[in-house]
Amino acid sequence: MSSKQAILGRIREALAHPSHPEVRALAGNGERDVRKARPFMPPGGDNIEERLRNFARLAELLKVELVQVPTPEAARETLKILREAEGWTRIATHHHDLTDRLVTGLHPDLLWTDTSPGIDALESCEVGISVCEALIAQTGSILVTGKGCGGRALSVLPPHHVVLATRDQLLPDLFAGYEHLRHTYGDTLPSFISFITGASRTGDIERILVLGAHGPKRLTVVLMGTEDSA
Amino acid sequence: MTMTTPLSKFKTDTAESTVDIDHRLWMQAALHGYEDKRGGVESTFGDFEEAKKTAAAIKWEAIEDLGALLESFSDNLEARGAKVCWASNGKEAVDYILKVCRDHGAKKVIKSKCMTTEEIHLNPALQADGMEVVESDLGEFIVQLREEEPFHFVFPAMHLKRDKISAIFEEKLGTEPSSDPEELTMIARRLMRRKYCEADIGISGANFGVADTGMISITENEGNARLTTSLPNVHIAVMGIEKVIPKLEDLSVLLPLLGTAGAGQWMTAYNSMIGGPRQPGEVDGPEEFHVVLVDNHRTRLLADPEQRDALRCIRCGACLNVCPIFKNIGGHSYGTTYQGPIGSVITPHLRGLQSYKHLSYSSSLCGACTETCPVKIDLHHHLLRNRRDAVKEKGGRMERFAFRQFARMMSRPNLYRGSEGLMRLGAKLWRPLEGKKADPLKAWTTTRTLPSPAPKSFHRQWREQRGDRS
Repeated sequence: MSSKQAILGRIREALAHPSHPEVRALAGNGERDVRKARPFMPPGGDNIEERLRNFARLAELLKVELVQVPTPEAARETLKILREAEGWTRIATHHHDLTDRLVTGLHPDLLWTDTSPGIDALESCEVGISVCEALIAQTGSILVTGKGCGGRALSVLPPHHVVLATRDQLLPDLFAGYEHLRHTYGDTLPSFISFITGASRTGDIERILVLGAHGPKRLTVVLMGTEDSA
Repeated sequence: MTMTTPLSKFKTDTAESTVDIDHRLWMQAALHGYEDKRGGVESTFGDFEEAKKTAAAIKWEAIEDLGALLESFSDNLEARGAKVCWASNGKEAVDYILKVCRDHGAKKVIKSKCMTTEEIHLNPALQADGMEVVESDLGEFIVQLREEEPFHFVFPAMHLKRDKISAIFEEKLGTEPSSDPEELTMIARRLMRRKYCEADIGISGANFGVADTGMISITENEGNARLTTSLPNVHIAVMGIEKVIPKLEDLSVLLPLLGTAGAGQWMTAYNSMIGGPRQPGEVDGPEEFHVVLVDNHRTRLLADPEQRDALRCIRCGACLNVCPIFKNIGGHSYGTTYQGPIGSVITPHLRGLQSYKHLSYSSSLCGACTETCPVKIDLHHHLLRNRRDAVKEKGGRMERFAFRQFARMMSRPNLYRGSEGLMRLGAKLWRPLEGKKADPLKAWTTTRTLPSPAPKSFHRQWREQRGDRS
């Protein structure tokens, strides 16, 4: 008998005895449908303004640099300012309408992850510029996938991660984030999905917050769009 | 020569840790900060109590439908090119992982935090096979260098102050001493960067296994798990069978609860879902992805209709953070992979009731653990159930005799009054021996003072002051 059969057999045997009613009752009467449980969770915001307010408030708490700009042209200016301030010598990015438009020509040394350039090449970049699948107002998170946002490593290996996003990408909560992924990818979900909530951090030494434990030390979100564009 | 048993080790370790006042104050300050932070985050929930109930209901469904969910989890993973190993015990899991490593001629292994691998003693097995194994989580890395066990399964190095960390880095890595937590963190960051890039195999745990999409979900703050699961060519994830949940969307409740209960964060920095190796059209990710499903006596706990709800645990560590016993004896005293109340509940099931029954008594039964648990496990009552089961299985004759005599005395007023006098006399005769070698109550009096019995009992004072009106 294989271990799989053995384990499944033990599970069947164990569950032949129903759970003790007293223990079951202690926690068994909650709302099971996570869609209906959304009001129990922290608020996301019913409209774009509320969502933006929530996202901005959390971004500040999480030490995420949120730069709001009206147009893609202004976003490009923001990238130029960052480039000069940090003295980027090599920029990693990936092909997407937004990045093609805003990152092309930003620096002579651009590394496109679409061609799988390898770990060492990516490690030598000071910044990774990517798009995101969505922004989550409820938690201040950035939703990325390996498929839509330049791979698994682009958003975690370079010490500075810059996210290009538009206001219409602001979703209320995590539930909406998952819904969005199902809608975008159907049955072929990417092999990597991540909610990024702030820069890499640790409190392992005396519970003192240090940014940039292993992943990016800086996280910047460049959010494009004016009030009437969303 | 005396043999070391879990109980004797517990007694010596706690005797040491409980008199270390500095350490106790340090722990209490650290965990107080956690409680403050958590309270602030909880208050932003629409209804935190109801959110907990939803989390509990999700995990109940998972446990009561465990077989079918595991099968669909495994089928969906395999459909996306992952390899799934079902391991009845630690040895089967370790053997499988060793085989994968050998097949790839692996020399270097990078790991992100995974308590299940501590439970099955994976690192020593890999090292004995000639592999270098590096723990990439900062706290785990520090305790690995110090060759000690994690102190807390969420904050492994919370017992160490910066001078100790600086000292071990200086000794093992040859770095300059530093008293700056940021600088110390950067030492580890620089070293670990090389390790991720050079590693042949990355080994991670999993906080959840999503059945309907065939994905594992990993919650972390540092980014080390993301690097461990993205850069090496092979990724092996090790998870207990109880980690499976029905649907991807269930995470929209579970992830915030885990972050809130575990560390007072709305969400930890990275919550990543991994379903398979690199897929067609993706630019990176491992070529191979293995998931090792570990039973290792979890089905024994599942077979207990009263206590199977302990399998709903999401390992947030909240019950440790609020436990007055944990705060005072510290994580190492437990001598278990999982410390604190949840460890005291499940370890007797995983490793044997008689060897670990003493943990059921290392509790004040205050119920703070049950109160704080985000999936509403009946923790402190389970400690009582373990006590009951341990006695039922193998009760002490002396204990039973003592309690029978006590019951007799308490139910007979004359006997009770008589014993009062005897006690006062006994106390008078005993007092000169207090603290001396011949003190029969030495076990008690070394750390406590025994008050003298009141000269007059309450009964007697009542009679004298109010007259005998009863």
